[in-house]
Parts: sequence; structure tokens; C-alpha cells
Amino acid sequence: MKSLIIILMTSVLVNNYVLSKFLGICPFLGVSKKLNQAAGMGAAVIFVMLLATAVTWPIHTYILARNGLEYMKTIVFILVIAALVQLVEIILKKYMPSLHASLGIYLPLITTNCAVLGVTLNNINDSYNFIESMVNSLGCGLGFLLAMVLFAGVRSRLETANPPESFKGLPITLISAAIVALSFFGFSGVVDGLFA
Amino acid sequence: MNPVLLAVIVVCSIGILCAVVLVVAARFFGVEEDERVNEIRECLPGANCGACGYAGCDGYAKALAEEEGIKTNLCIPGGDAASRQISEILGVEFEDVVEQVAVIHCYGDCNHTSHKMDYVGIQSCQAAKMFYGGAGKCGFGCIGLGDCVSVCPNNAICIENGIAHIDTRKCIGCGLCAKTCPQKLITVMADVERVLVTCNNKEKGVVARQKCSNACIGCKMCVKHCPSGAISVEDNLARIDYEKCTDCGECAKHCPVGCILISDFSGIHRYSEDNEGQKF
Repeated sequence: MKSLIIILMTSVLVNNYVLSKFLGICPFLGVSKKLNQAAGMGAAVIFVMLLATAVTWPIHTYILARNGLEYMKTIVFILVIAALVQLVEIILKKYMPSLHASLGIYLPLITTNCAVLGVTLNNINDSYNFIESMVNSLGCGLGFLLAMVLFAGVRSRLETANPPESFKGLPITLISAAIVALSFFGFSGVVDGLFA
Repeated sequence: MNPVLLAVIVVCSIGILCAVVLVVAARFFGVEEDERVNEIRECLPGANCGACGYAGCDGYAKALAEEEGIKTNLCIPGGDAASRQISEILGVEFEDVVEQVAVIHCYGDCNHTSHKMDYVGIQSCQAAKMFYGGAGKCGFGCIGLGDCVSVCPNNAICIENGIAHIDTRKCIGCGLCAKTCPQKLITVMADVERVLVTCNNKEKGVVARQKCSNACIGCKMCVKHCPSGAISVEDNLARIDYEKCTDCGECAKHCPVGCILISDFSGIHRYSEDNEGQKF
């Protein structure tokens, strides 16, 4: 139980996918302008990460590893995640049109999101078992949501700020992203110390 | 077994399995969409300006296909051509679109008026207006920080000499600028009208004149000289009734401050049949 909590806290704070590993930067910069959109995107990413892990971990363990095909995992994972997201979209459209309407734009965006692929691959590389993988995915998704929501707040302040002409738009956004990432650097070592 | 062959077989079978699952899912869970939505969407210009009253071109196309009795001529940027195509797809009678352009009722540029302060706050008209009505001497005029420029989907507006100018050749008549302008200076009107009062100052003549040399002073010269009785002066400001106006231009000739302008909007039927396909 303790190790699971450590995995969760580590993936949310220390190894935050966006701010420490620089994965999933595209949605981080693209949909963080408004708080509700950022939260929607974060929720969709948590959902897809959990689903992708639940499918890719068994595929790796029971199909690829048994046949000595671990080196194919990247290609297979891309394929499986893309198909999975499409499937989820079709089913949502049929049975939950309102949820589909609110998530609809984000789901296809996540299909090839490197953060989702990164989580599934890192679960294998860190040789987590199934439970640990799911907890790690949940943590990464929560970390992504946290980063999105925090940065949406930063960007709403940027809207009314008056930076020098040449920094307006994307440059100042990237600089503030770097500063937010720097603040997350302060978490390294904190989580292990909590349970020592 | 040959490891290469094994890899190919395993990955291919996973791929085929995914494909089969997706095909089955699409067959059983698929939601049928009206084909006409896509066809109508193709006819619309795709500027997503919202002039039709729907949330973008997709919203209008969907509403047209799904509900009956919606007018096909609501897309002003698309003009007659789009209306005709949509009417053909839906099998309803074609209605003419009145092309519209946005005009600005202020000509108080740097040559006519000046500033009462140096404004260094947030660079938007909305914010500047809240701060003592903007930097300009005239509290009714164009603030010139370009809120309209940023909403224009077709880059038809620019700020020159401190006030906004609309390029009527580029204007698609969506009216987003009119909704945005905090001074309510912009109106959207049918592009056949030519005479325009380029002032919005409702103060008394003397006060207005001190602030801007282009200001309407409410002298009623235009009212006297208008042969069709189309002009009235309300709140010290001339107003033209375009139902009665015949575009004769007498008012512009006799306006002592020159705040009534004759503008030529001809040649801006952007979506007419001879230049079809000019999409935005």
C-alpha cells in the first residue's frame, strides 16, 4: 500500500509528465487558455491513460513478452491506443452524446498524444505489475490535470499582463511554462522523504 | 519460428483484430448522420463568424439539415451563391441575400481631435473606456485600440491615424465588430447605401466642436437641404433614415463640418457568380 502511494505521489508531483518529462506539451499549450477546457482535457487524458494501460499491459505481458517481441511494443502500443480511442469515441457518441459533445474535440487529440504512449511504455520499462501500472497511470493523469489547471490560471493572468511587444503571445507563454516547471523541480526528493 | 516472421504475424494480427473490432463497433454503435450536413457545410465559406446566429458554419449547416423552415439566406459572407446552393440541396425556394458591410460612425482621427491623457493601461478599447471613457477628448468616438481588429475574421479592419478603418472590399458583413465595439460606433448596413454620418457625439454643438473638428454640431443644415426628408437630428446628432434616403448627396454637400460622407461601396459583391470560389 505504501509503495502504491509513493508511486502515485511521485507521478503526480516529482515526475510530472508535462512539467518534468516534457511529454504532452501540445495539449498543454494548445488547450490551456480557458479553465473549463483545460479541466475537460485533463479529465479526458486521465480516462484514456487508465484505459490504455489496462489494455496495453496485458498485451505486453501475455502476447509480446511470451513471444520475445518486447522490441515491438512502441508500434503495437500506438496501434492499440489509436484503435481504442476510436472505439471509445464511437461508443460514447451512441450512448452518451452529451459527454461526447463535451469531450468530443479532445478525444481525437489524445489519440496520438505522447504522454499517453509515454505512460504505457514507462510502466513496462519500470517493470510495474498491473496494479502498480494502473496507479502510475492514474497519477500521471492527475499530474497532467494539475499542470493544465495550474497553467490555465497562469495564462488567464497573462491575458491582462502587458509584456514587451516581442514577447507577446507564444514566447511569454513558453517562458511562464518554464517557470511553472521550475517550481515543480522543488518536489524532487520530497515524496521519498515523506515515508522514510 | 523465424523471429521476423513471428513479429510480422503478431503485429498484423493485432492490427487486424483492432480493425475488425472498429468495423463491428461502427456497424452496431454507429450514429447515422444526415449527409446533407456535410454538403451544406461545403457551400458555406467557413469563416465561422456567427452572422447567421448559429455557433459557426457547422452549427448553421446542422440546423439547416435537421430543422425545417430555417432561412437559407442567413449566411452573409456566403452571399447569393451559398444561399442558392443550400436551397438546391434542401429543395426549397432560393432567397436573395442582401450583402452587408460594417461602417464606423466616427472620423475623429489625429487630424480632427486630440488626446486628453496618455493612456498606458491594458491595450483594449473595453478597458480604456472604463478609465474615464478612453484617452480621446471625445467620449463618444473611436478609442482606436483595436478591439474590432482582433475579432474581425477576415482582417478587414485596421487602425490608421488613431481610429479604426474598415476595408469594405474585405468586409464580409458578419457584424462581430459591431457587437464588440464598446462605443457602439460600428453598424452593419446594406451595401447599397452610400451616405454616412461619421460622428457619434451627442453633446451640444459648441462642446462637441471644441473636442473634434469633425463632430456633428446638430445645426440641421442637412435636414433643411434633404429633398426626401430622410434626415432628423436627435440628441444633437444627425441620423439618416435609409428607408427614405435616395443617395442624392445634398446633405454631404451642405454639412458645414463635413461629417457626412458619401462612400462608394460598389464592387464588393464578394460572392457573386462571376468570382465564385473566393472563399475565406
